Amino acid sequence: MANGTTADVLLAGAPAAKRPAESLTAEVWRRFRRHRLAMFGAVMLATIVFAVAVGPFIYRVPINEIDFKAKLKTPSWAHPMGTDDLGQDLLARMLYGGRISLAVGVAAMLIGVTVGTAVGAVAGQTGGAVDNALMRVTELFLAIPQLPILLLVVYLFRNSMTKAMGPELGLFVMIVVVIGGRGWMPVARLVRAQFLSLREKEFVEAARGLGARPFRQIVRHILPNALGPVIVAGSLDVAAAILLESTLSFLGLGFPPDIPTWGRILADAKDNLDFAPHWAIFPGTAIFVTVLCINYLGDGLRDALDPRKVL
Amino acid sequence: MSKYFIRRLLISIPALLGISLVLFTVLALAPGDPFEELATNPNVPPEVRANLRTQFGLDDPIPVRYVRWITSMVKGDWGFSFASRVNVSTLIMQRLPTTLFVLGTAQLLAILVALPIGVYSAVRPYSLFDQIATSFAFIGFSLPTFFTGLLFILFFSIYLDWLPFIYRADIGTTGWRWVWDMTRQAIMPITVLGLFQGATLTRFVRSAVLDVVRLDYVNTARSKGLSEGMTILKHVVRNALIPVVTLLSLQIPTVFTGAVITEQIFRVPGIGSLLISAILSNDTPVVMSIIFVFSVLVVLFALIADLTYAWLDPRISYR
Repeated sequence: MANGTTADVLLAGAPAAKRPAESLTAEVWRRFRRHRLAMFGAVMLATIVFAVAVGPFIYRVPINEIDFKAKLKTPSWAHPMGTDDLGQDLLARMLYGGRISLAVGVAAMLIGVTVGTAVGAVAGQTGGAVDNALMRVTELFLAIPQLPILLLVVYLFRNSMTKAMGPELGLFVMIVVVIGGRGWMPVARLVRAQFLSLREKEFVEAARGLGARPFRQIVRHILPNALGPVIVAGSLDVAAAILLESTLSFLGLGFPPDIPTWGRILADAKDNLDFAPHWAIFPGTAIFVTVLCINYLGDGLRDALDPRKVL
Repeated sequence: MSKYFIRRLLISIPALLGISLVLFTVLALAPGDPFEELATNPNVPPEVRANLRTQFGLDDPIPVRYVRWITSMVKGDWGFSFASRVNVSTLIMQRLPTTLFVLGTAQLLAILVALPIGVYSAVRPYSLFDQIATSFAFIGFSLPTFFTGLLFILFFSIYLDWLPFIYRADIGTTGWRWVWDMTRQAIMPITVLGLFQGATLTRFVRSAVLDVVRLDYVNTARSKGLSEGMTILKHVVRNALIPVVTLLSLQIPTVFTGAVITEQIFRVPGIGSLLISAILSNDTPVVMSIIFVFSVLVVLFALIADLTYAWLDPRISYR
């Protein structure tokens, strides 16, 4: 790890100067690989994604096959993760639930990042009264207690969304929008700060001098350079979104029991802790490991994308 | 300082109004009726319902309704709970002390854990202690509180049978016995919440101290003969605390998230668990009031954090 002293910078900088020019992606990748924990996180996460994406095709046990003779069984060959109180196979439910948990995480992050980037870009580019107003709104949203307002929105809109789009899609869209909607503020602040410093840089001035319109300046010149911190914030936001979805499901206000996300399985398991601890431990561990891996990944990306940091 | 205090106090009012506006907009945009419970009740004739609607002004334009709602909220007239037929304010006031006790102690625990560990880590960066501490902090804030809570119950209540896993507001004992029972039942919720907050805070403290510890004035303090402990305590920590206090105030909304979850797991009779049960029983007045109380608390704690900030860094109040 870099200690940040001058000697280190000089030592590490010297061979870098001799190395042939490499593309930005190649450099980020080279720097990312140095981060052992981030690599570990990436590999683990890839394994989890692969398992939930491919798993249900190989492990073809249905998620809702009720078998009272095999209820609350501890892990065995027939049921690698045991069964729940209805005798439903937990591994099948975990694989299915993982798909939803991960999909909610990624989709909510995309919404948050898109809205945040748009707000931040507009605020940073226009400045003045618009900037002021947008930043006040951002601060306002940051000050709102997150979970209570999420619960309120779910409470108020749940029934009509299920009616409008069906129980699965309706709930999925609502939860994704709601979780995505609370994640945009930090991104907006980040992007705005990047814009404020980047739009005064010489290369943007050059583009402006060559007659580039504001839209082109933003999309071609400023945004690509502002992307680093956004990628980091986005990756960490996936973890936060997965946690929030699990929290909502855990509190009984997310997905219903027939859509077994990890949080939902944990919620069903919590009243049977004393005689079926395995039921709670598997989904809990899955949430924990996924979030931990994403956080390591984000940490590694932060170091790899920060050009000032010597790796 | 008093001028700063007044100015800061005045900023809180638009913040609170803004939050209430957002809350009310969500409520007003929502399809369905806050009186849905009455509407589906066959014992309530339609005329009575229509009368109620005019009485509560549900057919008035939204801005009028907002003004009326916010004035009654400020006056403390929070309406009746549909589910338990009590004044919402009585209901909340019964529950609030428990929540504040658990939250406050947990936050105190977080600070007590995070400060020494964060400072020590940053003073010896990349040492063995630092690596272990940062790894634990990382694991700590990746572990969801609802899972740690269940693991704690599994280990301490079910496996070891040391601690009760249901929190009761009235234990029925007095004197030292009461203190003992209270401690026993409060340990798990406070630890779960405190360690989670502490993990995040440790990272903040570490990076804040790391920013300060190499500055020239710290070397000056050392070279004028101050002991290492004194340098760290008086010169490094005090300055490093300034950004930490800001981050603490930004963390407050998250703290309430943790409170709702831990209260639900350990069945702590606070306003977090009241919120969940109110939502599950469609009790709109209670839901709205609790979220309003949460918002007031957030704004209040942000105010306290800012005042601490001004006390730590006198430059702030001269702005």
